[in-house]
Amino acid sequence: MTESMTGLLYALGSLGAFALCAGIVLAIAQKVFHIEGDPMIDNIDALLPQTQCGQCGYPGCKPYATAVAGAQADVNHCVPGGERTMLQIAALMGVEPKELEEEASAPMLAFVREDECIGCTLCIKACPVDAIIGAPKQYHTVIGDHCTGCTLCVEPCPVDCIDMLVKPELIEHWAWPLPDTKRSQLGHERREQHAGHA
Amino acid sequence: MPAMLRTLARKMGLMAHSFSGGIHPDMHKLSAASAIEDVGISPVLILPMKQHIGSPCSPLVSVGDKVLRGQKIAKSEGYLSVPVHASTSGRVVKIEEHAIAHPSGMGMPSIFIEADGDDLADESLEPLTDWRNVDPTVLRERARMCGLAGLGGAVFPTFIKLVQDKRFPIETVILNGIECEPYLTNDHRLMVEKASDILDGMAIIMHMVGSSSGIIAIEDNKADAAEAMQEALDTKEGMDGVQVKVLPTRYPQGSEKQLIYSLTGREVPAGKLPMHIGVICQNVGTTKALRDAVMLGRPLTERIVTVSGDALPNPANLRVRLGTPIRSLFARQGLEDFSNIQVIHGGPMMGERLRHPDIPVVKSTSGTLALSQNAMQSAHTVESPCIRCGHCSEVCPASLVPNLLADFCRSDQFDKAEDYKLFDCIECGSCSYVCPSNIPLVHYFRYGKGQIALGRREQAFAEASRQRSEGRDERLAQEEAAKAARRSKVRKTHAPKPAAEPETNTLTSATDNTPAATAKPEEKS
Repeated sequence: MTESMTGLLYALGSLGAFALCAGIVLAIAQKVFHIEGDPMIDNIDALLPQTQCGQCGYPGCKPYATAVAGAQADVNHCVPGGERTMLQIAALMGVEPKELEEEASAPMLAFVREDECIGCTLCIKACPVDAIIGAPKQYHTVIGDHCTGCTLCVEPCPVDCIDMLVKPELIEHWAWPLPDTKRSQLGHERREQHAGHA
Repeated sequence: MPAMLRTLARKMGLMAHSFSGGIHPDMHKLSAASAIEDVGISPVLILPMKQHIGSPCSPLVSVGDKVLRGQKIAKSEGYLSVPVHASTSGRVVKIEEHAIAHPSGMGMPSIFIEADGDDLADESLEPLTDWRNVDPTVLRERARMCGLAGLGGAVFPTFIKLVQDKRFPIETVILNGIECEPYLTNDHRLMVEKASDILDGMAIIMHMVGSSSGIIAIEDNKADAAEAMQEALDTKEGMDGVQVKVLPTRYPQGSEKQLIYSLTGREVPAGKLPMHIGVICQNVGTTKALRDAVMLGRPLTERIVTVSGDALPNPANLRVRLGTPIRSLFARQGLEDFSNIQVIHGGPMMGERLRHPDIPVVKSTSGTLALSQNAMQSAHTVESPCIRCGHCSEVCPASLVPNLLADFCRSDQFDKAEDYKLFDCIECGSCSYVCPSNIPLVHYFRYGKGQIALGRREQAFAEASRQRSEGRDERLAQEEAAKAARRSKVRKTHAPKPAAEPETNTLTSATDNTPAATAKPEEKS
């Protein structure tokens, strides 16, 4: 047993002990800080407008988020989200922004013409956000504050008594536009060009 | 550099407290010497359903109803709100949307009252002459019932501030007689003419909040008002803790947070109210209105309006019933033709540009101006690049960096704008006023604030929709599971006895047909 030999053993022993401790800590950390599911899905879902309209080809916002997170869908399929949502998702996923295929319409609101409603409850079953109330053989009505304007209730109605109206603009929700000066437009456009690279 | 020296001197205690920044615009107090005149009653009065900050009111009367002056015609919905009263006796002729002073140009549901000329008052509210022995909560309810809102222009419901909270005892009551906006002289004249009434109101406020010391703040360009208030103070009893303080004129000294700092050296933290640092601030007009509400039992149905501007032949201070069309006020003062004239609601710094003068006087109408195009400092159509001169930062009373904030707003970088405290901006317009490049800074800030509010609203709506959608999915899954469980149970119990099968089948299908969704509302609540 030379002195260098003992030195080597000490080194190996202490390193081994350290590795063991680190391993235990990591094992515990994995249990304690375990994350259920894919956080990317929730992050994308949080950016979507939650209209649950299905215009993206998926049955709701969460399924679309799952598809995007799994790289099975492009980032440009959310119609009501418009360009802003597309840019945000692209930035989050780290992919190139893509041109939107469809222009978003103005925010809509479903409205049941109560005189014609026969109380069949089909629209109630179709509503993805529980925004229609009513009972069998009673008038149904849309809770305006909860309606996302997805239009999913229109098609199932057997008597065609649901209208999609443009959401009325409230004075409390009015927002100032940009000042009407050339520079303001210029700066704004420049920013939009760069938004994708952010 | 001088701004830095000033700040340093203040920090070292060499100078009295004074808010930082500010500007000295030409004051144009054209109507300072004209006594308040009563304009009488307009044939039709138009009362919008929201004349305060907060939630709008809903009408209590219908077309054809007879109303009395001071009768409540619209009730408040929600806490942050005050009711609307008829401002003369007459008949309700219609209830429909009418233009108001709002930058959107959108209308507001309004009640139209045709005056009968008798001006009979609703005397259901008892005068509380012995208010010193009345519980402050009763007086607070009186302030709410009488529709009082801050008459300085912000129209914040007055009763909300007039509260005794053990956690935040009020040390000082500040009476705001600063009136720092150019042209406006309504508070000035009120102090000169109704000093004693204002002091009564102040005594009521001090009784309500349980404070014994007060300051009446007046700028040095209104020496006669300060004199009148001091004189009234000397003759009034029980006002020992109150003093008149004259401050050097500087815009925007009348802004609540800036005034409190100038007087007490204490800063109201961002997102907090003055009461959190033991101070409350009331405008002199509001204070007089509170006195009338308590001592005369009279709801808010009139206010003093300064009608002025370089395009107006006879600038004046008028006592006007709420709901009077401002076009008739201009006509009374000699202006009928509005071509090439810019009409402003409020003062020139913070007021709204109007598309036309066909809007009624409301609680926030401290004044209305007719300015010729060349009196407007700039039409703000030629915006040049920022030259980084830093004037805007020097004059900002909230110590912000306006040029940076404007850049962030212009380019939709709202997260950065918020980091740079966009919401501490009081929109006083000092930065836009001094900008040598004519950048409409405040306009950018309003755009930014609006977009941020819009984003928050959308996000809240999306979050609520997501929760409802998830709740629905969960419920459907539960129903599905329950159905499956029932089926397997049926199969197990009835498997040996096939004869019973048809009966159970009908039962199951009947349950299936019951629309599950109809149970929704109950489940939700």
